[in-house]
Amino acid sequence: MSVILVFLLVIAGIAGWWLSHQRLMTKPWLEQGMIGDFVALDRSALPTAKIGLGVFLAVVGCLFALFTSAYFMRMALSDWRPLPIPPLLWLNTGVLVLSSIAIQCASLAARKGQVDMVRLGLATAGLTALVFLIGQLVAWRELSADGYFLASNPANSFFYLLTGMHGLHILGGLVGLGRTSVGAWNGAQPQRLRLSVELCAMYWHFLLFVWLAIFALLAGWASTLIDICRGLLT
Amino acid sequence: MVDITPADAVPPAEVAEMELYHPHSWWTKYVFSQDAKVIAIQYSATATAIGMVALVLSWLMRLQLGFPGTFDFITPEAYYQFITMHGMIMVIYLLTALFLGGFGNYLIPLMVGARDMVFPYVNMLSYWIYLLAVLVLVSSFFAPGGPTGAGWTLYPPQAIMTGTPGGQDWGIILMLVSLILFIVGFTMGGLNYVVTVLQGRTRGMTLMRLPLTVWGIFTATIMALLAFPALFVACVMMLLDRALGTSFFMPAIVEMGEQLQHGGGSPILFQHLFWFFGHPEVYIVALPAFGIVSDLISTHARKNIFGYRMMVWAIVGIGALSFVVWAHHMYVSGMHPYFGFFFATTTLIIAVPTAIKVYNWVLTLWRGDIHLTIPMLFALAFIVTFVNGGLTGLFLGNVVVDVPLSDTMFVVAHFHMVMGVAPIIVIFGAIYHWYPKVTGRMLNETLGRFHFWVTFLGAYLIFFPMHYLGLMGVPRRYNELTDMTIMTESAHHLNSFISIMAFIVGFAQIVFLFNLIWSIRHGREAGGNPWRATTLEWQTPETPPAHGNFGKDLPIVYRWAYDYSVPGAKEDFIPQNVPGSFAPSREPA
Repeated sequence: MSVILVFLLVIAGIAGWWLSHQRLMTKPWLEQGMIGDFVALDRSALPTAKIGLGVFLAVVGCLFALFTSAYFMRMALSDWRPLPIPPLLWLNTGVLVLSSIAIQCASLAARKGQVDMVRLGLATAGLTALVFLIGQLVAWRELSADGYFLASNPANSFFYLLTGMHGLHILGGLVGLGRTSVGAWNGAQPQRLRLSVELCAMYWHFLLFVWLAIFALLAGWASTLIDICRGLLT
Repeated sequence: MVDITPADAVPPAEVAEMELYHPHSWWTKYVFSQDAKVIAIQYSATATAIGMVALVLSWLMRLQLGFPGTFDFITPEAYYQFITMHGMIMVIYLLTALFLGGFGNYLIPLMVGARDMVFPYVNMLSYWIYLLAVLVLVSSFFAPGGPTGAGWTLYPPQAIMTGTPGGQDWGIILMLVSLILFIVGFTMGGLNYVVTVLQGRTRGMTLMRLPLTVWGIFTATIMALLAFPALFVACVMMLLDRALGTSFFMPAIVEMGEQLQHGGGSPILFQHLFWFFGHPEVYIVALPAFGIVSDLISTHARKNIFGYRMMVWAIVGIGALSFVVWAHHMYVSGMHPYFGFFFATTTLIIAVPTAIKVYNWVLTLWRGDIHLTIPMLFALAFIVTFVNGGLTGLFLGNVVVDVPLSDTMFVVAHFHMVMGVAPIIVIFGAIYHWYPKVTGRMLNETLGRFHFWVTFLGAYLIFFPMHYLGLMGVPRRYNELTDMTIMTESAHHLNSFISIMAFIVGFAQIVFLFNLIWSIRHGREAGGNPWRATTLEWQTPETPPAHGNFGKDLPIVYRWAYDYSVPGAKEDFIPQNVPGSFAPSREPA
């Protein structure tokens, strides 16, 4: 359970940092009237939707940290047989990186108000994300064709489970991206469009990061890294 | 001290108002409503309805335990199903949903001075997914093989094996799917509660001016958002084990002479995941109760809450600590003794902030102008019950004491006292307190007092004797103990007595439900602020509050939530939105 505890420690650090700016040491019973710079204290200057997405990403991060914890605990048992990583996953990773770059371009374009570039970026990001999903499915088929079925070994089960969960989150992101694209083509308000493109970009980068972490985990680098750390500590 | 600008009135908001969704038809106003208040009532009604099912299940269990062998239809399998569904419904579908979905939705926007939740559409979805989860849960009663009888902890391997009711039928699958849906729905609601507290507060409402109710619900929601994923992970993996034959949790097992296809999995892994959710869950239910009780005591004792800052820090501290105590539910799972030592230590440390809160409640009462209204009675009952349940928690938190008491009725008595009776009592107190705001009418006083005394004394008479049964060694989860030597004649008498009390207490709840419905039309008119309370929800222009809560201008907050009996003030309470200062606050502390 160490992975999830480290993750929660990070969350607790962020929460603690935020709380330390909220004047928890004041004596509210002595203070009447409007306090100092109340606008800064009352709420963040960030758009509410971004904060909402941030909290949601913390929950998603928690979910994958828990899967990782379970992965390491199950891996320690004797029947674990690691499965070969299909080379196709490298290609898929590249495609997902492209997708993230495309949506970043869209986000930059939205900031400058170039609607054409926004549309191009969104379309590229959506298509590449779809290609990534198809690539993942092809990787699944390759593995099962080689006899690595879901239930034949816990390593396989975790492979399908983790890639599947990640794929589902990408699918959900595509729904959001679809809505943003509809807005981009139907001439949504520039402010609103910019916000929703930025939200998509946040989600996309986060899922890319999650994918890289999962990839490292499945390929075995993550456990090598942890072994090295453990060696340094003991 | 920070500089304070003169305490004069400030012109109304310069901040942009949020766009409010306006319903166009009866359907969008009362059914598919995006108004947090309607959603709160929907959540509460659904939770109460499913809670009544769980109440009946507990009656059926007590019938069997109190009068073993009398009722043929309660087979051992049925008994396990009753246990499982009673526990799961009460903990998750009733308590969690009612505190966060019900009280959270109603009180957060009103108390922080917002027009609605920040994402009303997502909020509406949250309720409908919760309802779907409840319906899936209920459907398992009608599925072939009936609901699962795995115990509310759903421990594998037994949860998905032939011997357990629902293990190889639909029961366990429907249970897991329902939990997954609940978590998805809750996450949607939870995002709303957190972000509304962060971003929806009106001008002047700094974090340290929030009523403790909001602090409790806010912290509990953050904990729930981080803890429920653990249950989600456990459910998904068990679903795969059950449906697709993987071996995340399932070890190699020979069942009825046949080797199952599973092998190598770890049931302990499930326990870790489950309790990583399960222990924070205790505080997810307790923290809102703590917050609400603080407000009830302060309001009805006409005195400011003692040690507000300490109360806030204690809430945050309990929230953080509750994530590092989970393995105290697993002392008998064969874990390393040093782990047991670590978790016993953290478990006992969490008693420190909790005790601070209890002292502060008692000190708030000290020399207060105590009005023994029904909400106050329930708040006082909560303190007693919670301290009682908390003290047995100190017993069970120590490994050496826990090992012999593990799996006895002592554990059942402990957790029912501390996270069953105590939070439910707060829910009742809170309903008596806020019902006038929700409906505009008071609940009937006589019926209310009857409900209080029967529930409080009756719950004590149910659960206090159970401690003795546990100390005698009577195990939990057994549907019949007639032939065992530990079951002396007096133990049987005690069991029958507990069962009879359970029926009486259950009956009082039906009186309460009747009161809830009857008073909507026939209750005494309450007016806008019957308890003369300071918090913003009592300052709305209309009662019940209209869509948008606060009329044309949002309130502006000039003071904390606990200005009761301020010397020199005209009345014994000063609402949060009243400008102006009073003599004693100007003096140095």
